Amino acid sequence: MSDTTQSGPVLAADGTPLKRSLSRALRRQKIRALMLIAPLLLFVLVTFILPIGDMLFRSVENQIVSETLPRTVVALKSWDATSGETPDEAVYAALAIDLKMAAEAKLHTRVGSRLNYEKPGISSLFRKAGRQVKKWDVENDGPYKARFLDLHKGWGDPDVWSTIQTYSPKFTNGYFLNSADMKKGADGPEWRPEDEQIYWLLLKRTMFMSMAITLSCIALAYPVAWILANLPARTSNMLMILVLLPFWTSLLVRTSAWKVMLQQQGVINDTLVWLGLVGDDARLAMINNQFGTIVTMTHILLPFMILPMYSVMKTIQPTYLRAAKSLGATNWTAFWRVYFPQSVPGIGAGSILVFILSIGYYITPELVGGTKGVFISNRIAYHISTSLNWGLAAALGAILLALVLILYWAYDKIVGIDNVKLG
Amino acid sequence: MADVSNLDAFVEFERVQKSYDGENLVVKDLNLSMPKGEFLTMLGPSGSGKTTCLMMLAGFETATHGDIRLGGTSINNIPPHKRGIGMVFQNYALFPHMTIAENLSFPLEVRKMGKTDREVKVMRALDMVEMGAFGGRRPSQLSGGQQQRIALARALVFEPELVLMDEPLGALDKQLREKMQFEITHLAHRLGITVVYVTHDQTEALTMSDRVAVFEDGRIQQLDPPDKLYEEPQNSFVAQFIGENNTLEGVVKEIKGGTALVQLDNGDLIDAKPVNVSKAGERTRVSIRPERVEFNKDRMPEGAHTLKAEVMEFIYMGDIFRTRLRVAGKDDFFVKTRNAPDQERLVPGQEIEIGWLADDCRALDA
Ligand SMILES: Nc1ncnc2c1ncn2[C@@H]1O[C@H](COP(=O)(O)OP(=O)(O)O)[C@@H](O)[C@H]1O
Ligand SMILES: [Mg+2]
Repeated sequence: MSDTTQSGPVLAADGTPLKRSLSRALRRQKIRALMLIAPLLLFVLVTFILPIGDMLFRSVENQIVSETLPRTVVALKSWDATSGETPDEAVYAALAIDLKMAAEAKLHTRVGSRLNYEKPGISSLFRKAGRQVKKWDVENDGPYKARFLDLHKGWGDPDVWSTIQTYSPKFTNGYFLNSADMKKGADGPEWRPEDEQIYWLLLKRTMFMSMAITLSCIALAYPVAWILANLPARTSNMLMILVLLPFWTSLLVRTSAWKVMLQQQGVINDTLVWLGLVGDDARLAMINNQFGTIVTMTHILLPFMILPMYSVMKTIQPTYLRAAKSLGATNWTAFWRVYFPQSVPGIGAGSILVFILSIGYYITPELVGGTKGVFISNRIAYHISTSLNWGLAAALGAILLALVLILYWAYDKIVGIDNVKLG
Repeated sequence: MADVSNLDAFVEFERVQKSYDGENLVVKDLNLSMPKGEFLTMLGPSGSGKTTCLMMLAGFETATHGDIRLGGTSINNIPPHKRGIGMVFQNYALFPHMTIAENLSFPLEVRKMGKTDREVKVMRALDMVEMGAFGGRRPSQLSGGQQQRIALARALVFEPELVLMDEPLGALDKQLREKMQFEITHLAHRLGITVVYVTHDQTEALTMSDRVAVFEDGRIQQLDPPDKLYEEPQNSFVAQFIGENNTLEGVVKEIKGGTALVQLDNGDLIDAKPVNVSKAGERTRVSIRPERVEFNKDRMPEGAHTLKAEVMEFIYMGDIFRTRLRVAGKDDFFVKTRNAPDQERLVPGQEIEIGWLADDCRALDA
């Protein structure tokens, strides 16, 4: 009691201020907690945060031009791309030195490929020139402008030079413009020609189909989750195994099974023809299009909707419904006014899960999507493994990430993220 | 009135049986008849079928056999929402996504009442439980006792004639429980509603009810007003369950002139009032309330029967003294005495004579 009556800070038994000894005690707890999560933290850092950081960096990074052609970049600075004329001799001389060094280090083709993304045809200019320039004596073999033009008349095209100039800064928004079906023009960003536009369409399609998949998952999962949550434990555990069964079979097998079911000579079409509902010459196209993708992905993602719904509904006591009915509500009113609002957090959690999973889904659209049913993720995979344009893949990925974060934010604003319950 | 045979009965159970699994009867042959305005409590140990009875009355369970009538008409086939019975659940079941006012307004909304009428009624109901200032809060922002009041208000706001309450005070602490017991009974009497109240707490049942139905094993063991229940238990289950009770076992020697002579298992003979023994030779269990036992020779009632006893333990409880005795070979015999200035405090080891009136000592079933 004497501690509280004296003025000044409250002291602990050993005379140190209470605040300090408390924070010391808490610090020890915090350190212990930190040590417990350290392995996971490290794992997440290495496998998640760093790759994402790297991806975000790659989507704007453009050091290859300025690093491989340092002299050329400097010399080009004073050139006016709008003049419609080729640069002067000094630039060509700088290019000769840069290219010779690059060719010796075997780097010239890489810068060629990089610039080829922006202006098709450049990579062959660089490949050919690199081979020749290696043999030149760069000290006194001038004038270089004429020699380069001799090698390939492409070196006399101001567009080539303007591309090099445009992409000489260390960082670029070129990949992002590309992702939005735009490119850098002489005066700022401009749309690509109609026939080269693809990403905007893919993005819209990805969003639309993910939405359709999420909605059909909600419609199918809600009654199932309701039954599971309201059956006696023994029965519901058994049914739960059926819900989880898909997790025990390979994704590829399930996707292929849908191919068997939905194709034109498949089970469903055969049955419909046999029943006489469709003619043999008018079999339905249900696979390799958007319909096939939506059906298959709904099936694959359904458990991710059922589980959060189930765990939320499990916590809604049946007495709420009874209370509503005892107060005079019909079955429907009791459900709609009392049960449904309490199950919304489960719908929210399931929808976020399914929507985010589906906008990044790759395998299933690849296998059953045909050309009309592919997602933006398939395009990303293409740039990662086939065209090797990682910068563009990274920019598309970054856009997808931003989209998810925006949706997450919007959900938080509308429904409230603390309403999401996964169990 | 539709039913001329029994104008008094408002709620009636007639030969009602209930089985959940088709093998065991949870409610066996329930017969009960309540007049309007009565406060009836179903009291019994956990699992004795009280909730089941209440749920059948509310319409959430169907009777396997028998008839349940409300105001003279059978309600077996009327769905719960059309029965117009108010109900208070043990965990209150306040809708967590609605405010208190919305909770109270719900039964009025489903009855298609206009907005202004609703607001007036909600406000009146809130005032009735002294919660007028809490309409805008969510149930989770209220304490247990406050939620209890709201649950009560919600069950009453649509003015039902019959209100069911299933252990509504079970989750409250002792003080609050006693306060609410008092408030609920007053409210019920003031509004003139009929109440079926379920509890496993005998004090609650005794203090609140007009009549108490003691449940055990799916049957009503005794249905009587609290005083009768306490003073005249009809069988040993009721005697054991209601209040504290001393039992001694023995065999009936003879029954003569309204008294039974019982030979206890250690050979002692005592007089008892025969309640459900009818002839000599029957085994019986005699029951005596601890406060009806006297050991002070000066106060021993006229004609009391006495037994030898040894004091085992003296327990000071403030308002009363509890003394544990060894009587007739059993050492769980208690005596309760009032803490008065002239009251003797017994000492362990002391040998005394105890006695009681034959009328206070009831020979029940074994
Ligand atoms: N929905 C149910 N299904 C099966 N058995 C039940 C159900 N509800 C109650 N029981 C059984 O019926 C018996 C009586 O239960 P209940 O009416 O809840 O008793 P009380 O309310 O007196 O504690 C118990 O043995 C209980 O296990
Ligand atoms: Mg119960």
